[in-house]
Amino acid sequence: MSINKLDGAQALVKCLENEGVEYIFGIPGGVTIPIFDAFVTTGTKIKFILCRHEQAATHMADGYARATGRPAVVLVTSGPGATNTLTGIMTAHMDSIPMIVVSGQVLAAMLGKDAFQEADIYGMTMPVVKHSYLVHAPNDIPRVVREAFHIATSGRPGPVLIDMPKNVSVGPFTADLRAEMDLPGYQPQPEAFDKAAVQAIAEALSRAVRPVILAGHGVIIADACAAVKLLAEKLNAPVVTTLLGKGGFPETHPLSLGMLGMHGTAYANKAVSECDLLLNIGSRFDDRILGLPALFCRNAVKIHIDIDPSEIGKMIVPDLHCVGDARLVVEQLLKQTSRLDTTDWLKRLNGYQRDYPLQYRRTDGLKVQHVVEEVYALTGGRAIAVTDVGQHQMWTAQFWKVDQRHNWLSSGGAGTMGYGFPAALGAQFGRPQDLVVAFVGDGGFQMTLCELATACVHKLPVKVFIMNNRYLGMVRQWQEMFYDDRRSGVDLEGNPDFAKLAEAYGARGLRLKRTADVRKIITRALEYNDGPCVVDCHVMKEENVFPMVPAGKALDDMLITAPGKRRKTAAGEKQ
Amino acid sequence: MQPNGKKDGNTHTLSVTVANKPGVLARIAHVFARRGFNIDSLVVSASVEGDFSRMTITATGDPGGLEQIIRQVNKLVDVIHCTDHTGEDIVLKELALIKVHTGPAARAEALQIAAHFGAASVDLTETSMILMATADSEQIDALLALLKKFKIVELVRTGKVVMARGEQPT
Repeated sequence: MSINKLDGAQALVKCLENEGVEYIFGIPGGVTIPIFDAFVTTGTKIKFILCRHEQAATHMADGYARATGRPAVVLVTSGPGATNTLTGIMTAHMDSIPMIVVSGQVLAAMLGKDAFQEADIYGMTMPVVKHSYLVHAPNDIPRVVREAFHIATSGRPGPVLIDMPKNVSVGPFTADLRAEMDLPGYQPQPEAFDKAAVQAIAEALSRAVRPVILAGHGVIIADACAAVKLLAEKLNAPVVTTLLGKGGFPETHPLSLGMLGMHGTAYANKAVSECDLLLNIGSRFDDRILGLPALFCRNAVKIHIDIDPSEIGKMIVPDLHCVGDARLVVEQLLKQTSRLDTTDWLKRLNGYQRDYPLQYRRTDGLKVQHVVEEVYALTGGRAIAVTDVGQHQMWTAQFWKVDQRHNWLSSGGAGTMGYGFPAALGAQFGRPQDLVVAFVGDGGFQMTLCELATACVHKLPVKVFIMNNRYLGMVRQWQEMFYDDRRSGVDLEGNPDFAKLAEAYGARGLRLKRTADVRKIITRALEYNDGPCVVDCHVMKEENVFPMVPAGKALDDMLITAPGKRRKTAAGEKQ
Repeated sequence: MQPNGKKDGNTHTLSVTVANKPGVLARIAHVFARRGFNIDSLVVSASVEGDFSRMTITATGDPGGLEQIIRQVNKLVDVIHCTDHTGEDIVLKELALIKVHTGPAARAEALQIAAHFGAASVDLTETSMILMATADSEQIDALLALLKKFKIVELVRTGKVVMARGEQPT
């Protein structure tokens, strides 16, 4: 077929190619057959990864995007294919992930007539996308694709949906493949930040005695990591990170206090509670890090740097703020700040680190913390760590120290169970040379385990550690702590033998049951590189995550250890 | 004295300039709905430049929440800008059509009341008339209150439209 005469589907593939797309994750269906045909007829270099569920396809794309910093593409069919992507789109939206979802749609003439596999995905996704398109004509495709990538990747990134009716895919394309964007309402100007605001922030910093830097996901997205490190070192200011900010500042750095928030370290939460200045760089003050918002940082000058103006004052009204790109703003700030003497403050915080370390006992039985620490040690902390959602996620966040951006993947805002495993596969596609380890729960893993097939087909050497406690553990923990241990709907009886299940797919399956075997089994898993390796870790059933800030409490009201046994509050009194 | 006809601290009049793209109204409505704000009135019309439309939205809710809504509306890709004109020096008008049940006996009084408010009769039958009023919302409210003594059969109000006075752009 002559390439001079393209149809809409071929034009779409060409445009995606022009955007540098390497992989497309998805599943075909009736109305996307023309697009799948175009993969063949255009001879494109783009590799299509056939997933087993559309939700998993979106998480895979998400993992690719988080691990590489590049936008990722999903292709699904209309109706159920499209609606299955909703969770993944919402996950990407909550965490500002650049993702393009192309959904097939029924013939435009059939729209609104309840056609077979028709779903108003354009309408359904509206609250969870950065922007969306329903393509009307083949010749609009180059502009739509160009705009979609620009919107997804610029400013505060996010997912963009392109809904392609079948008649657009099969219709003749007669325009130029390069098109101008037409976005009069979207002109992000990250460099046009308010210099006077930065000056005011610098002056506030110069007066600070107990400063804390809060590094959020924005530090990673804007690649402000080096600038933030310089700033922290110049100010001698400790750094706390959010769950998604892990990797924005090296957690092995002496100034790092680790993660703050509901399950953050005691010393991070104490630092934030006792500081006299909080410099938030690229975090949206999520409710999981605030404790009781009214008491959050109540005696501190609060400063907020964010690229998204709608985040300023949304949760916390800052004393000073600057809207702009985190890297550019911090680089400017670096020029205007001078050294601070924070010796006393750091001494106090070091005391907290000594008095309230993260801890657990290895002698009680096999624990998630133990497995995480051992994998960390055996990989030299250099692996890309991916988590699912729940207790294991918090333990991994506590014990896995991330030193580099893009090496920590976790569903934060959405808290999407089922995210971890497919996201790890996406990360491995994006960075084939790097080691990818996934920590998942037995609950979350079962939501997307069908992707074992995808992992085996592509021989992805991802190591999956299933933290199997046969419970939906985080809910069980809440029931134990706040509902008088009335357990309801949390017992995962009926779990399969995960190692056997993995073997059935053609993956390597291992079992870890005894504390004594931790090192041996993990080593065995790390040595297997011919495909995915699943390690079914039979961890203690009823271990709880601490420290914990109970809902509705201030950050310094956290429970550092389990109540009842050896209860210590932040104030240090025994109860 | 509230020059723009603001009823209380919680009623706001926003002016939104948008690119003429499908779905833009739905996106804006979503932002209001999600934060539990009620849109009291909404007017959409073409602006001077053909590719853009102008919306005037009156909404009720707490001012802090509204500020957030304005920022979120501004963030939408197809929104050029969204401004709150509450408390600013603006011209704010709306148009009302009021169908009043009036026999011959009451007709003269109804017309007299209408004339006081600058309203005109645009339809007249043996038993009814339609009055058209263009005024501030408060004046229309006052007119309606006086017309209550007759039977108001039907009422249509366009919702408010605003424009900044003088050289100031809206």
